[in-house]
Amino acid sequence: MERFESLDFYRIDDLLTEEQKMVRQMVREFVDEQVLPDIEQHFMDGTFPSEIVPTLGDLGLLGANLEGYECAGLDSLAYGLIMQELERGDSGLRSFVSVQSGLVMYPIHRFGSQDQKNRFLPQLAKGSIIGCFGLTEPDYGSDPSGMITNAVADGDSYILNGNKMWITNGCVADVAVVWAKLDGRIRGFLVEKGTPGYSTTLQEGKFSLRASVTSELHFQDCRIPKANILADADGLGGPLSCLTQARYGIAWGAIGSAMACFDCAKKYALSRIQFGKPIGSFQLVQAKLAEMASEITKGQLLALRLSQLKDAGTMTAQQVSLSKRNNVYWALEIARSARDLLGASGVTHEYPVGRHMLNLESVKTYEGTHDIHTLILGHEITGIPAYK
Amino acid sequence: MKIAVCLKRVPDTATRVRIGGDGKSIDPADVQYIISPYDEFALEEALLIREKAGEGEVTVITVGPEAASKEVRTALGIGADAGVIIQAEVALDPRQIACALVGVLKDRGDDLILFGRQSVDSQGAQVAALVAREMSLPFVNDIISLEIDGAKVRVGRDTDGGREVIECPLPAILGCDKGLNDPRYPSLKGIMAARKKPVETVEAQPVEASLETIELSLPPARPEGKIVGEGPDAVSELVRLLREEAKVI
Repeated sequence: MERFESLDFYRIDDLLTEEQKMVRQMVREFVDEQVLPDIEQHFMDGTFPSEIVPTLGDLGLLGANLEGYECAGLDSLAYGLIMQELERGDSGLRSFVSVQSGLVMYPIHRFGSQDQKNRFLPQLAKGSIIGCFGLTEPDYGSDPSGMITNAVADGDSYILNGNKMWITNGCVADVAVVWAKLDGRIRGFLVEKGTPGYSTTLQEGKFSLRASVTSELHFQDCRIPKANILADADGLGGPLSCLTQARYGIAWGAIGSAMACFDCAKKYALSRIQFGKPIGSFQLVQAKLAEMASEITKGQLLALRLSQLKDAGTMTAQQVSLSKRNNVYWALEIARSARDLLGASGVTHEYPVGRHMLNLESVKTYEGTHDIHTLILGHEITGIPAYK
Repeated sequence: MKIAVCLKRVPDTATRVRIGGDGKSIDPADVQYIISPYDEFALEEALLIREKAGEGEVTVITVGPEAASKEVRTALGIGADAGVIIQAEVALDPRQIACALVGVLKDRGDDLILFGRQSVDSQGAQVAALVAREMSLPFVNDIISLEIDGAKVRVGRDTDGGREVIECPLPAILGCDKGLNDPRYPSLKGIMAARKKPVETVEAQPVEASLETIELSLPPARPEGKIVGEGPDAVSELVRLLREEAKVI
């Protein structure tokens, strides 16, 4: 396959530092050489490419924006570019890194004790252990505050009971960040693999994110040491602040998927001959490509500005909602349009667009569905929460 | 062990090159530049030697425009300790480049000077040999194995249908080929650390050019294909054309 060419219609590269470009180039080469050759097969087989996890750690891609504990301490723009390049490979790969970085390392880094940080963060950064994040439950998805999973204090322990669902990395995780109610308040707990009363089930039959492990977590009188609570997180704000981190990464990641689809569609349009000329000569095809390029460019500008707000410390969760909602929506539209442009080839694994299209259905739904982000924005605009 | 790695900034091999207005150079607009891929083998080998010895210093040296700092920083991100940019805003011929390098190399006292076997843009494979001659040092090109043995280095190279092993005293100049090693990616920590590593910029010594590029042109467009007919009836005509016109059978 021809080498990927990124779209930079508005010369956003002129705004990047040499270092940020170097980070992007490194991840781009890694994805080209070590992810793309096998990713279609992994997607078909429904397997996560776990062989690349040590490399993710060696390159510093896990928890890349955190300070200390073997983390690189990157700025938000460089972190975003990493997410973009990973998701250009596959949304499942980006999900793995998002979960490890934004949903496991971030809460330990922000809410954990010194002991928890020393114990878990360097290993998570190296990829020698894997983490997962348990918030969603079978009956509580968009409405996490209603969660049933609970913790009860008992001597030196907490006893957890309940079930979590749709948990990325669940079955393969060495440590789970689990959110449960303790005395009616949502609190975070670290549950380690092998703890009696903690088990996982692989969720099979997905047609999306097939190169990513999705699991149920079960807690039945699961006893964990009291030291395993994330002491500084109290209430729904704890997990929501993690989601803000992960959603920030998704806003960038979606651009990667969209660019992969656009690049593929453009090359196909210029090489596929029908009626004696490249299909890129036809107005309907050009309209599709123009729409894709416009929306990718807008998405890049949103993500770029969001990174500046994040580094300035003024970024709001609502601003993240707008970018996640917009960029994923358009990435999915672009993937569908590219699928259409490729004709029958678009439904095969010979091209990446069908895989991206299927993946993005999940990305649109997880980390706050498109509709929930609509309501978050509605709330922000009118002051009236529609989901209460 | 003190090692110098000479690397060149070249257009990305995936770049669609356009000829500039002067007809003698490529149009730099929208061209992405990279470290010449063979030079990556040289850098990787230097890092492996340093790691194996547990000590040593790897310096990357390039002759090029100020913008070549990107390639030097990348090399520092991959693991080199220091960089030198010998500034030259105009294209130099191989001897000018070699003289510029010698200007820096002659006082450094490196044990080993590594190059890629050739750059992927001009593909001249001249500079390393010219530097070796200028410095009166032994030079072996196209190496695919390297072993330091005290004050000597033993290198292997592929020959037609065989393998050649050559030994020479240090210091030596070696041109690295594909197969020597598997170049690593820069790590994020390496990229962040590169910021603090020293990069020195020096002026190239003026040397008269001995070569002049008269003209650059793109390869001619591929002629359109020809359909000679359909089905078994077309076979004899196809064979005739392959024999008489294309002269391939």
